[in-house]
Amino acid sequence: MSKEIKFNEETLALIHKIMARYPEGKHKSALLPILHIAQAEFDGWLSPATMDYVASILKIQSIEVYEVASFYSMYNLKPVGKCLLEVCRTSSCWVRGAEDVVKHLEKRLGIKEGETTADGMFTIKTVECLGSCGSAPMLQCGASYHENLTLEKVDTLIEGYRTEGKRKSYTDLDYKNTL
Amino acid sequence: MGKKLLLEHINVPGIETLEVYRQKGGYASVEKALKTMTPNDVVEEVKKSGLRGRGGAGFPTGMKWSFLFKPEGVERYLVCNADESEPGTFKDRFLMEHIPHSLIEGMITSSFALGAKTSYIYIRGEYFYVARILEKAIDEAYAAGLLGKNILGTDFSHDCYVQVGGGAYICGEETALLESLEGKRGNPRIKPPFPAIAGLYGCPTVVNNVETIATVCPIINMGGEEYAKIGIGRSTGTKLISASGHINKPGVYEIELGLPVEEFIYSEEYCGGIINGNKLKAVVAGGSSVPVLPAHLILKTEKGEPRLMSYESLSEGGFVSGSLIGSGGFIVYDETTSIVKNLYTFARFYHHESCGQCSPCREGTGWMEKILHRIVEGHGKPSDIDLLWDIQRKIEGNTICPLGDAAAWPVAAAIRHFRAEFEEYINHPEKIKDVKHYYSVNAISA
Ligand SMILES: Cc1cc2nc3c(=O)[nH]c(=O)nc-3n(C[C@H](O)[C@H](O)[C@H](O)COP(=O)(O)O)c2cc1C
Ligand code: SF4
Ligand code: FES
Repeated sequence: MSKEIKFNEETLALIHKIMARYPEGKHKSALLPILHIAQAEFDGWLSPATMDYVASILKIQSIEVYEVASFYSMYNLKPVGKCLLEVCRTSSCWVRGAEDVVKHLEKRLGIKEGETTADGMFTIKTVECLGSCGSAPMLQCGASYHENLTLEKVDTLIEGYRTEGKRKSYTDLDYKNTL
Repeated sequence: MGKKLLLEHINVPGIETLEVYRQKGGYASVEKALKTMTPNDVVEEVKKSGLRGRGGAGFPTGMKWSFLFKPEGVERYLVCNADESEPGTFKDRFLMEHIPHSLIEGMITSSFALGAKTSYIYIRGEYFYVARILEKAIDEAYAAGLLGKNILGTDFSHDCYVQVGGGAYICGEETALLESLEGKRGNPRIKPPFPAIAGLYGCPTVVNNVETIATVCPIINMGGEEYAKIGIGRSTGTKLISASGHINKPGVYEIELGLPVEEFIYSEEYCGGIINGNKLKAVVAGGSSVPVLPAHLILKTEKGEPRLMSYESLSEGGFVSGSLIGSGGFIVYDETTSIVKNLYTFARFYHHESCGQCSPCREGTGWMEKILHRIVEGHGKPSDIDLLWDIQRKIEGNTICPLGDAAAWPVAAAIRHFRAEFEEYINHPEKIKDVKHYYSVNAISA
């Protein structure tokens, strides 16, 4: 698995484009977007080596990257499954059955919330309000919002992801033309 | 049908594209402002409109703009707050997803008013797909000469960028947002100085909510005075409300301020009543941070007058019998809901989202979550209710940013209005053991 931690030319060009959005000397502003890209490209999480690499690109101290990566909930500091299933558990989702969604996933995948399946395919995570309260209950996987869930919908979703077998990330959606 | 200013064209196919948006009169405010008005004229119109910030605090937008410090030779910035993480709130997402150009148009017109050469839209990272929609809209605007150098052949040049966050509610607080935009942890700054004096990169900055900025377009088009005729009293204009919970028709609704709450909940035009014909128990009217109100107090004020969807009416009675309009996150709970368990989801949220800089907030939110957890698990003690009350009081007003207050208020209100329910949990844990107090996932969606 130990892929070389290095962005290709195309990604580097994108990163330089992002850095150019900020005034002279303020390129550290690009840190959050770059961490999203790094996470998408290097196995879905930010290893210390990945973070050191990002620091070298921005010419900042590694500690500046660690302290940021550890503050925000979207950055994974440990490996996760290819599909990180993030189930919202806050009020509007809770009153419409979010707990059932979590229990169903746990039963179906044979793991507990916070764990990853042995084949490295799925991780279950509970998260706070994702701005989808009017279509509760919901879960997010990569960039996709799955809303108005029923247990049948959850089953179909899991099957679909398993067949596809691909890693999902927030930046799935053709981010090279986006960020 | 109530007045629609932001969502008038929501059902027009292709309204997310520049072409259709312009066919429907889009970018008229940019034409009007840049070609026929001075920046100060634009500020004056916004002042006259009485528009109040739609992000939660309700501060008059025109006044905020006129506070912006304008020293010679120093950049000024407009930053759009699209962090939208207040539980119960999803209206900004809806607007950006379906009519992205309304925000871009507002960014250009507002930046002209403020003299900002550069603006940033800071959007929560989870809305990545929405960021992509905005990027597309921005690209279209550049191609049409609405962004970039010499917009529409005028002297005004402007660049607008989208910045994605990393997942943290606190980055909705404006100074935490600025820290985050600078590539740092989202720790709120001590104020003063306010962003109007020293904001992004230490430069004068205005931070406004998505809906606030989009609303600048109709204000400029119709004129501030006309806009101020819509709504009621000092609650001028229309407001986007995110409706969720136990209602038949959850979703985003544009209402004219002053609409009776009862009509909003029960009419077919809006929420369509409570699911399964159940009884209304309580409402959180403005996002998780505002006090919950029991049915009788959300429908009528303590004086017995109908409660209206407006800044003044929702706050009538103070925190004793009133609440706040906040971000417009309207969460409805029916008679089956456990207020205590629901409060626990909020307490867990605030503990999770506290940035940890101030001890009353960091420790207090943790304690409140812990105590509520033991109560819902059936291990509560009779003294826990007073303990919770005491903790929330010690947080409120003693922190750097308002997240501490936002964590305290829901706890205080739940105890104030539903104390008997806490007592029931504590005195009869055996009764609550097998009760779910929420709907099964298939019970509603089916
Ligand atoms: C903890 C916290 C979270 C906030 N979250 C948001 C948010 O997600 N969106 C928003 O527009 N304002 C949010 N605010 C309010 C902002 O600090 C700020 O008042 C607002 O963006 C100003 O814009 P407005 O005047 O247009 O409302 C939050 C405030 C606090 C204290
Ligand atoms: S009140 Fe809470 S969130 Fe706000 S600065 Fe203090 S610790 Fe951070
Ligand atoms: S409460 Fe679940 S998305 Fe808002």
